[in-house]
Amino acid sequence: MAIGLNHYLLLSALLFCLGLFAVITKKNAVTVLMGIELILNAANINFIAFSRFVDTDLDGQVFAIFVIVTAAAAAAVALAIVLNLYERLKSINLDEADSLAG
Amino acid sequence: MPTPVFSASLTLTNTITSLTTLSETLTSFIFMALGAMIITGLAAVLALVGVYLERKISAHMQDRVGPMEVNTEIPLLKNIGHGWAQTLADAVKLLIKEDVVPDAADKKLHLLAPFIVFAATLAAFAVLPFGRNLIISDLNVGLFYIVAISSFVVIGIILAGWSSNNKWSLFGAMRSAAQIVSFEIPASLALLVVIMAVGSLNLGEIVAFQEGGIHKWLIFQYFPFNLLAFLIFFIASLAELNRAPFDIPEAESEIIAGFHTEYSGMKFAMFFLAEYANMFLVGVVISTLFLGGWSSPFGSFLNGSAFFHVFWIALKAFSIIFVQIWLRWTLPRVRVDQLMYTSWKVLTPFAFVAMVGVGLWMVLLN
Amino acid sequence: MALFDSVFYGFAALTVASAGVMVFSRNVVYSAVGLLFTFFGVAGIYVLLAADFIAIVQILIYVGGILVLLLFGVMLSQKGAGVDFRTGTMNVLPAALVVLGVFVVLFRVVSNTTWPVHAPTEYSPTTATLGTLLMTDYLIPFEIASVLLLGALIGAAFIARKG
Repeated sequence: MAIGLNHYLLLSALLFCLGLFAVITKKNAVTVLMGIELILNAANINFIAFSRFVDTDLDGQVFAIFVIVTAAAAAAVALAIVLNLYERLKSINLDEADSLAG
Repeated sequence: MPTPVFSASLTLTNTITSLTTLSETLTSFIFMALGAMIITGLAAVLALVGVYLERKISAHMQDRVGPMEVNTEIPLLKNIGHGWAQTLADAVKLLIKEDVVPDAADKKLHLLAPFIVFAATLAAFAVLPFGRNLIISDLNVGLFYIVAISSFVVIGIILAGWSSNNKWSLFGAMRSAAQIVSFEIPASLALLVVIMAVGSLNLGEIVAFQEGGIHKWLIFQYFPFNLLAFLIFFIASLAELNRAPFDIPEAESEIIAGFHTEYSGMKFAMFFLAEYANMFLVGVVISTLFLGGWSSPFGSFLNGSAFFHVFWIALKAFSIIFVQIWLRWTLPRVRVDQLMYTSWKVLTPFAFVAMVGVGLWMVLLN
Repeated sequence: MALFDSVFYGFAALTVASAGVMVFSRNVVYSAVGLLFTFFGVAGIYVLLAADFIAIVQILIYVGGILVLLLFGVMLSQKGAGVDFRTGTMNVLPAALVVLGVFVVLFRVVSNTTWPVHAPTEYSPTTATLGTLLMTDYLIPFEIASVLLLGALIGAAFIARKG
């Protein structure tokens, strides 16, 4: 069977589920962030696959560029927050970050 | 678009496929593996030549003679003299040396890091044009590919420093990573100037744009902005190679040997070779972008065959390497804060000026 | 099997295997290395989908930027200088059930829908087209993205300052 749209969509679904598993089960804040990056990559594969097989223009690829830009901005701010968290709690275990009081 | 080299291998693939029982996939993979082996051999030999040149040139600049002793018994190569086989002896020594790994170090990452650094440097050789049809892979985004692969070396350095379980290695790795990442920005902006002037990311087209004589070289167009871009790219690439005057990560008198303190034997040889292969890579990239690549400076004189093309690009690349070696043994080392100052407050604004200048020139006067 | 198919399966296997290492490894630095190879696999998939520019952007930004940031974050948020970095997991069984459910739903949706597919076009360079699109049709999102990056830059520098 030739490689068609379904193959790419299934690959993207697999990566999405693995990323979701990492976000739900991991306690380390940085590992949760890695899971989020994996989810964003899966979505990007989806966009570009549709842009190649269904669309006539390159709109999907332009959107993929914006997704990459947003992922970079999100990773930068999230890591800054993680470092700040480490300063205060001396640990990046998400279970210990459970109080709203300052 | 397939280059002639690729088309030749495609025809060969089809011929071999029809003649033997090997499938098309297998034959293609064999050709790709052959291409990769050629690049590896080329990079290793060039790195060894680079090491020898460094030792001899630095020796003569310091009024001594450098390695003179090592000689072989092979009849034709016997008495060339000047210790030409010194680097071969060094390579053999590094290969047979014992591989010492610290007990508390992370063995898998300790093994992986030098391979990442070497693979990243090697991967960039695939898009270099050595002649009109002598490119392994004529990518349409060739220049951008080289920038992206150079940013991959940082990961290998960080993993090397981390896995050694040694705080000096970690300091050296962090400093080196910060240095490389900071100098990527002025380097990329300087490359943008070239891309704007030519209008393409394809390295073959960039050289074709500069064919026809020394007055068409990109370093002399849009004066003085392209010259500024050349200087910025040259300085930024010195910092990316961790060479003096930006060699704090390897400063022998300050942090022992930085991120490769705990490496010995073959893994150290990989770091070493990667650095000198990277020097050659930067030399070829600068010659391709600013100095006309493989085309002759005399127009069509001495520009006929592939032999002349390889000669010209080798000449230009080795002159850039000579200047790099010269700078290493002339200038003192800069401090970390001076290095950051140079990147963010000097090189980046001037790179922006060059980019805006060329842009305005192109729009208003063309 | 044709060359294209074997290359696709090779990259897909690399991506999924590295994602597996990333998710199931207890050592945070091993997860980061798994993520590195995942990004490479995804860049290979992009090349097969004729998105040459996006593949290089993926390597440049994800590997050269985000992964370096993640490694720095991992190394700056640890007590002592040990290389032994374990992370725990919680709620593994409910999470596995939920994730399996999501995958089954997605699988059924993908297989049972008839997508309006057209025959794939020739491979052509996308850089010029993307540049034109960004400057004409998608100019406003482009400007907003640059403001977003500026805000993220200033915000990250402010949040991570000492004291």
